[in-house]
Amino acid sequence: MEFPILSVILFIPLVGALLVLLTPGKDENAIRGLSIAVSLIPLALCLVVWFGVTGMGGGAMRYVEEVPWISAFNIWYRLGVDGISAPLILLTAFLTTLSLFYSAFTIKERVKEYYVLFLLLEMGMFGVFLSLDFILFYVFWEIGLVPMFLLIGVWGGKNRMYAAIKFFLYTLVGSVAMLLAILAVYFDTGTFSILEAAAMGPFAGNWALAVLAFWGFFLGFAIKVPCFPFHTWLPDAHTEAPTAGSVILAGVLLKLGAYGLIRIGLPLFPEPFHHFVVTVPIIPILAVISMVYGALVCMAQWDLKRLIAYSSVSHMGFVLLGISAAAASLEMKGKADSAAIALNGASMQMLTHGIITGALFFIVGIIYERAHTRDLKEFGGLATKLPYYYGITLVTAFASLGLPGLAGFWSELFVFRGALAIIPDFAIIGALAIVFTAAYILWKIVQYVFLGAFDEERWGKLTDMEWWEKVTMWPLVVAMVGIGIYPTPLLNMLNSATMALLDKL
Amino acid sequence: MLIASQILGLIAPQWILLVAAMLVLALDLTLGEEREGWLPYIALLGLGAALVASLSLWNRQVALFEGLFLIDRFAVFFQIIAVLATGLVILASIGYFEGKTPYKGQFYALLLVTALAITLLASAADLVMVFISIEVLSVTSYTLTGYLIADRKSTEAGLKFFLYGAAASAIMLYGMTLLYGATGSTNLAEIGRTLSLASGEGSRWLPIAAIVMLLVGFGFKVSAAPFHQWAPDVYEGAPTPFAAFLSVGSKAAGFAILLRVFLTALPDFRVDWFALVTTLSIATMTLGNLIAIFQENIKRMLAYSSIAQAGYILIGLACWDPQATGRESISAILFYLLAYLFTNLGAFTVVIAVERAVGTNEISDYAGLIRRNPWLAAALFVFFLSLVGIPPTGVFVGKLLIFAAAVRLEYYALVIVALINGVISLYYYYGVLRRVFFLAPRDEAPIAVSTPLRVVLAVTLIMTLGTAIFAQPFIRLALTSAVL
Repeated sequence: MEFPILSVILFIPLVGALLVLLTPGKDENAIRGLSIAVSLIPLALCLVVWFGVTGMGGGAMRYVEEVPWISAFNIWYRLGVDGISAPLILLTAFLTTLSLFYSAFTIKERVKEYYVLFLLLEMGMFGVFLSLDFILFYVFWEIGLVPMFLLIGVWGGKNRMYAAIKFFLYTLVGSVAMLLAILAVYFDTGTFSILEAAAMGPFAGNWALAVLAFWGFFLGFAIKVPCFPFHTWLPDAHTEAPTAGSVILAGVLLKLGAYGLIRIGLPLFPEPFHHFVVTVPIIPILAVISMVYGALVCMAQWDLKRLIAYSSVSHMGFVLLGISAAAASLEMKGKADSAAIALNGASMQMLTHGIITGALFFIVGIIYERAHTRDLKEFGGLATKLPYYYGITLVTAFASLGLPGLAGFWSELFVFRGALAIIPDFAIIGALAIVFTAAYILWKIVQYVFLGAFDEERWGKLTDMEWWEKVTMWPLVVAMVGIGIYPTPLLNMLNSATMALLDKL
Repeated sequence: MLIASQILGLIAPQWILLVAAMLVLALDLTLGEEREGWLPYIALLGLGAALVASLSLWNRQVALFEGLFLIDRFAVFFQIIAVLATGLVILASIGYFEGKTPYKGQFYALLLVTALAITLLASAADLVMVFISIEVLSVTSYTLTGYLIADRKSTEAGLKFFLYGAAASAIMLYGMTLLYGATGSTNLAEIGRTLSLASGEGSRWLPIAAIVMLLVGFGFKVSAAPFHQWAPDVYEGAPTPFAAFLSVGSKAAGFAILLRVFLTALPDFRVDWFALVTTLSIATMTLGNLIAIFQENIKRMLAYSSIAQAGYILIGLACWDPQATGRESISAILFYLLAYLFTNLGAFTVVIAVERAVGTNEISDYAGLIRRNPWLAAALFVFFLSLVGIPPTGVFVGKLLIFAAAVRLEYYALVIVALINGVISLYYYYGVLRRVFFLAPRDEAPIAVSTPLRVVLAVTLIMTLGTAIFAQPFIRLALTSAVL
């Protein structure tokens, strides 16, 4: 038998959580060290998987593990990675390790519980990206929900209880809709395997049921993405969550929704998806509203964290636009290239947004730890006082607005290049979002925080970044610049998977 | 022909429980106060012996006493449920009566008789037997509810339970006489045959009237709306361990007999009772969940929550279709009852632990529980997740199986109502969890948990997660037991 590398990646965090649970609570440094050390194992293994998938090609599922789980019901424990999920698990491991490291210096209360929950959260996220069985997928989808709920509710800001339950309720509504759709698919195809069900094409000839099941899944995923009008949980949850919680929430959890659309929505429901993109263009309209409206709302925010939260709505709208374009291309001739480009852009945007927004939330956390405020109006002129911080923020901010040479540029370029050829109207309106993004990043963040008059009396005692903050930020900056300069390996991997995916539709 | 010793072997679980109950009662009188602590363990030994006897009957399929009494896997399954529930409740009640009542031993004896009643009910194959077992179960339940004679709430609850119960029993008995009148037999299988032969000719109103009346009696036992009104008052007033027992053991018994009677005697009237059961199911879960939101006493809240759970389980009966989902839907109910047994007993055990430390059952007293005992808080969290139906927990798998049967028959509306109810239920469970995790305690003193309670918590917690993560053997058990 082969070494079950994916199972190891999946369950090492659980083992770590149990080990932390057994460590005496007083020994906080041991808990921190142990958790970080444990999180390095999946990180290393995800890198191994990355190179393995690069070598074998990302067009098919690799490292597949299949064991019957509840055979009375034909439920299997099925794991696998392809070119779309391999980068995502790497992102998950990467951000989790950084978050645990950063939290070691910022979380002082109930350290043990915090690390246990964080490791469980990591398991939940891995599980969603790795599962190839609907029930397994659903189980991990919900497992990730619970620790995040507690992380927000216990370690969050002032309004944490409201934010926590809102997050939980929204996601639960989405997931019960998804559960119903999963069961419907099962009774139509006789399998819980995502790939098999996709290959069979469920609900052939039963359009009404296909549409219902599609919307069941779509609701579950759209709430998680989140796209307008399901996004209202997000600003609250992000604003109240502790810094590392926001990083994971924006960096990984939002991707679960987009990943679901690519892994399940598109392959299982190509016709309904196409129908609601082209004939009744609800989905691209929602995408464009998310992009433009999200960016406009950012311009109106005075709370830095809330601003970045809304920027996620806007940036995830790009992902949805890319997926819409791919779905729209189905019955068009000669659009295969553009569809692949759009879908590559969407997948890539998930990763670059994960890195960039993760970094932005760290940046907010760093300033909030010092200033105990996030009100943009209270800052000004910090560039001279905190040059190091300014530099790091500037790189991240430019990456976020899509400056060429940084990570965000490529993904947005591909989304628009693809969408412009397939659904040009929406792409052109959506392009407005880029303008507004530049506006809120430069005007709101850079200008209000770093430029202008410096209040010596109030901020004279601010100190620049500590060593651990630099250690947290540098890997992110390197990733942004690295992908910006040389996106080829990532792009090749994504491309192999998206081509295979589109081929099967 | 079976000889007497064989018969004795076949009814071993029943007489072992009876002997154990008598033994506990006798020892209670003779042992004296300082050795009173032995009684629950003697009762547990009796239960252990009964469990072994039950398991030895696993592959038997026999009718005894002229068809009054049936031994099959379905009956054995419920014997196991009865023994498990009783055993865990006995463990959870060790030390509970300290300072509440001087009479401790009788509680265990009566509880054993209750378990006996459930095992009889599970094997009942004749209306007379059904009625007698239900009455044994009811009478012991009334007594145990009013067990704390110094506590006015407890005695009031006992009386209320008795009055409601007597009315429900009377109606049910009337329904049984109608069935007898229609078919000339009290044997369930015989009734089924007669009705099946007569279908098409003659009027159907007599059996249908009987169905409605039987549903009153059984609905009372499973606490389905609108026959649920006793539950909140009784749960609140009864000694908490017994409330826990009512919520799982008594409910399981109600479902056992509901399935036995409806699927053996009345399968040909499925089209008629389908609508009734569906309506009951929707009313039960919706009412239970909505009223639970407004509760301030955790036992009352759990009462409404257990009403709502009965509503979900009823979906399984509504989705019983001999052509499509027959066995599946029965096994879904059985699995659900098993998973729910551990989950709800676990939740009640946390309530017992808190009650013993704090003295009350107000939800507001759960503030800051995580700081007073993080294990209790974590356990309660898992139990509540299970009750909402969030994986990886047992009740989630139960719901999955039940919803699967409904989706298979394309009863989407029923599933959607149930799913919406699941979301509503999150609200009141969250009301407790919010206090447990996010609010500061009024009193920082740690809550100590006694060893027997720890054992119960460990077992229920492991099984709540285990019935989901290692669901396969339990689903197989439910499937093989789903023979009627």
